[in-house]
Amino acid sequence: MARNKKGTGAFSSERRNILKFGALSCAAGAAGGSGLLGLSHLFQPTEAEAFDVPKASDDPFIYTTCVNNCGSTCVLKAFVRNDKVVRIETDDGVEDDWENGIFQIRACPRGRSMRRHMYSPGRLKTPLKRVGKRGEGKFEPVSWDEALDIVAAKLKHCIKEYGNASVYSHYASGVITGPMTRRENFWRLMNLLGGFSLGYSDYSSAQNQAGLRYLYGKPGYSGNAISDIVHTKLAVFFGANLCETRSSGGGLQYEIMEAKRKGNTRIIIIDPRYTDTSVAVADEWIPIRPGTDAALASALAYVLIKENMIDREYLNTHCVGFDVATLPEGAPENSSYSDYIMGTGYDMVPKTPEWAASITGIPAARIYGLAREIGQAKPCYIMQGWGVQRQAAGEMNVMAIAALANLTGNVGLRGGNNGDLDAYHSSKTPRMPIGQNAVKTRFPVFLWLKAVEDGKSMTADQDGIIGGDRYPADIKFIWNYAGNTLINQHSEIAETERVLSDESKCEMIVVMDTHMTSSAKWADIVLPSCMYPEQTDIVGPSYAMNTDWALLTEAVKPFFDSRPVYDVCVDLARRMGVEQEYTEGRDREGWIEHLYQTGTRKIFPEMPATVAEARKLGVHYRAKSRDFPVPFADFRQDPVANPLKTPSGKVELYSAALYALSQKRKLDSNVLGDVIPFVPQYVPTWDGCEDVKAKETYPLQLIGFHYKGRTHSHYANVDWLLEALPQMVWINPIDAAQRGISHNDMVKVSNERGEVHIRAKVTPRIIPGVLAMGQGAWHRPMAQGSKVDVGGCINTLTKYRPTAISRANPMHTNLVQVDRI
Amino acid sequence: MIDLNQELVFVMDSSRCIGCKTCMIACKDKHDNPVGVSWRKVLECTSGDWAQAPDGSYTQNVLAYYMSVACNHCENPICVSVCPTGAMQIVENGIVAIDTDLCVGCGECRWNCPYSAPVLDRAKKHMTKCDMCRDYLAVGKLPACVAACPSRALTIAPRKEAVAKLGRAEAAPLPPSGLTEPNLCLIKHRDSLSVSKSAAVLANREEF
Repeated sequence: MARNKKGTGAFSSERRNILKFGALSCAAGAAGGSGLLGLSHLFQPTEAEAFDVPKASDDPFIYTTCVNNCGSTCVLKAFVRNDKVVRIETDDGVEDDWENGIFQIRACPRGRSMRRHMYSPGRLKTPLKRVGKRGEGKFEPVSWDEALDIVAAKLKHCIKEYGNASVYSHYASGVITGPMTRRENFWRLMNLLGGFSLGYSDYSSAQNQAGLRYLYGKPGYSGNAISDIVHTKLAVFFGANLCETRSSGGGLQYEIMEAKRKGNTRIIIIDPRYTDTSVAVADEWIPIRPGTDAALASALAYVLIKENMIDREYLNTHCVGFDVATLPEGAPENSSYSDYIMGTGYDMVPKTPEWAASITGIPAARIYGLAREIGQAKPCYIMQGWGVQRQAAGEMNVMAIAALANLTGNVGLRGGNNGDLDAYHSSKTPRMPIGQNAVKTRFPVFLWLKAVEDGKSMTADQDGIIGGDRYPADIKFIWNYAGNTLINQHSEIAETERVLSDESKCEMIVVMDTHMTSSAKWADIVLPSCMYPEQTDIVGPSYAMNTDWALLTEAVKPFFDSRPVYDVCVDLARRMGVEQEYTEGRDREGWIEHLYQTGTRKIFPEMPATVAEARKLGVHYRAKSRDFPVPFADFRQDPVANPLKTPSGKVELYSAALYALSQKRKLDSNVLGDVIPFVPQYVPTWDGCEDVKAKETYPLQLIGFHYKGRTHSHYANVDWLLEALPQMVWINPIDAAQRGISHNDMVKVSNERGEVHIRAKVTPRIIPGVLAMGQGAWHRPMAQGSKVDVGGCINTLTKYRPTAISRANPMHTNLVQVDRI
Repeated sequence: MIDLNQELVFVMDSSRCIGCKTCMIACKDKHDNPVGVSWRKVLECTSGDWAQAPDGSYTQNVLAYYMSVACNHCENPICVSVCPTGAMQIVENGIVAIDTDLCVGCGECRWNCPYSAPVLDRAKKHMTKCDMCRDYLAVGKLPACVAACPSRALTIAPRKEAVAKLGRAEAAPLPPSGLTEPNLCLIKHRDSLSVSKSAAVLANREEF
């Protein structure tokens, strides 16, 4: 029997009477057990009165998605009432069948909090124009027409006065799948206007890409699929926190869980933290000091060579520079890899486990043991995440780890690996065609701020400019769509603010986003963007998935005056006189139909004939074996017939290209670690564990990590997530005790760059001497311009100093002090 | 898919749990619960000590695991017996649920529940807790948390068979199962500790 709830409000007299009785009963309960007074039976309903099952809501749902930069795309079912999303569910369209590559693409807590994210207080409702000083966060609402008139006028001015290279589309990854939603919408417009400036590489894996290009002639994304661990008994991961970073139920987290069980594979994880990946799949955790992976790898190599556990034949036929026999002409004397390892190289230090123990924090006996385990496993899956390379000399960590895979001859084998992360094998989702960018010169993306301050001084030799000897312009116009790298996700916020606050340098900053992020606060014009559930699109697996599927998403009504980026770019194109060229006569739906027919259906010819039918279908899945093609298998088979794209065609343990770079790039001998070695090796660096001088004041290392409550800075303001997954700094009990810090205490983490106020997670899950803070929390200065951040943003403390080799971001290389507040 | 119109248990495979808390968020979203009201909790258990050698290297014995727990719809639900108004009831298929018309929010159930499962919703002015998504079960849908779990650590199963096979959950940081006979089955994590360590190893009290 359903009760009529309407008459029984919280303050009805009936309820008050019950409340009184309840209090009495509680007192009785405290005195000696409930029911003591024998009255509670008065309120026990008979069985006939038991209340009914509540009725499940019958709201209709639309298929939508969560497609930020975690490397996965997840399926969301958004239930809609009165044009608002009222509830989220996830994929339940298939039964899990992992081995055939079909399994539910279940969202993680980020996607599941979507409606709270959509309707959160910081959501942008209208376009805004800055009225205070830049960065002050003072804006007034303006119409779309006024905002876009201002943007178009400034765009014309900058192109005319400073050239197309002065217009920069900033690195941003808030939308990673979906042609109508991604950044190409603006790129297409700019290419119709004569081109624009773009950085190359990224903040995720720049040093991985660079290091592996020197080694293998291929810029990263080159390893055996993670599912290949089925075919080995031993997998060794340097970092790689897949279960947290790629936590999608349709992604690598689920895959590694299944693969480990199927292969009964022993997994060893080397990481400063006992990560959630270690919790879930590691048989052994080897804690290591940040930035010292190359020291460990070198000591492992020492034991492998010394105890003759290397694949000499492979090294002779497939590699150059292992020893003097394959050292190329022109190489300095005693400069082979084996010279460095065995103590006959430039430093004359044998890289023994005893040498590595004091650097890495790993006992020498364990290093011997690990080397023997690796040497005896045939094959062995050696893999690295991207945390090892976000370091002051991270390229060397990348190359030193990959060198191990070559010493042991594990490259190009099923169940082996080349030392890199999964190459990924997912179906491709179509993208908006962008045409040709007439600006061919590009800078390493991390140097965008230098390009703002003094772009014309940047050269190929010194700054890694490609496509020309020198950068042709200073950046005067920044378009920042769906990204927070303008402030939050770039190193050393105080330095970024210094450069951006000079309005004579960058003249216009346009931020198009969904929320008032810490970057949006630095905009001159803010444009409110629709979120994924508010715009139709085509989505599929993101870059770090190994599955084939596609989904045509639907949309709810946009939030206030927010608009999709495609529509905004059409309006800008009209103002710039290229509307017809931009739209090619198609409206939004016309583009989706076009891209569906020319892109999606080329990959999935079995899909319905029209977009309308495909939308009714929901997710389209396609089976795929978990045994993917083995990267480098042809090279392994026949290195002469299938050479690599390195200068020698072989794996370059000695890199002539790095030697050449070291001869022409000016490096700062006052900066520890500002060097360019040409064989993989350990480089002690500034703000590293061996920076003795800096450690006098700032004795602790600080690293960032990808936190489960966010994807980078995305979702950082969602109250449900902040409650369940609070932003805290990890500290070992030994370091905490020395400073009188207890769990959950408020502490300040500081160095000369700034200060972060944050709660402490006192946990043995981190190596002593090291702090860890999830990256991506929104920077919240205590006052305008203050270096004290109460938001918990790690980039308050990181340093804007690009690496020597690839001019990349060293965000996990920091020294700090921590104190109770 | 199993028949959902029968007595069920939550089965928590702690060896698969990555601590992501999707179950908590899915639960919150499904039931429209505000901050401060979490029916499902993901407990982190951590223990371990470190020692440093003269060469600067470390040895340690650190372990950690997660466990997702909500109301366990116990065989002997203390909450039902202590409820002064009769709001806490055993309803269809052994689900323990609150008749919110009768509940006055006194909190007796929460104080007595060894899992602290019932939570006061201050805005609604009554206790609230997991009802196994009985509205979903009635229409053949899985509970929100179960359908959400990205690592497939949380499932439901027919009660009698699962309890006979796996027993009732008994490992740190849970209370001894004898108190209420919870309808929660546990597949233990490799490092699972005994309930005698429960208080010592719970590492994330601040998160719920």
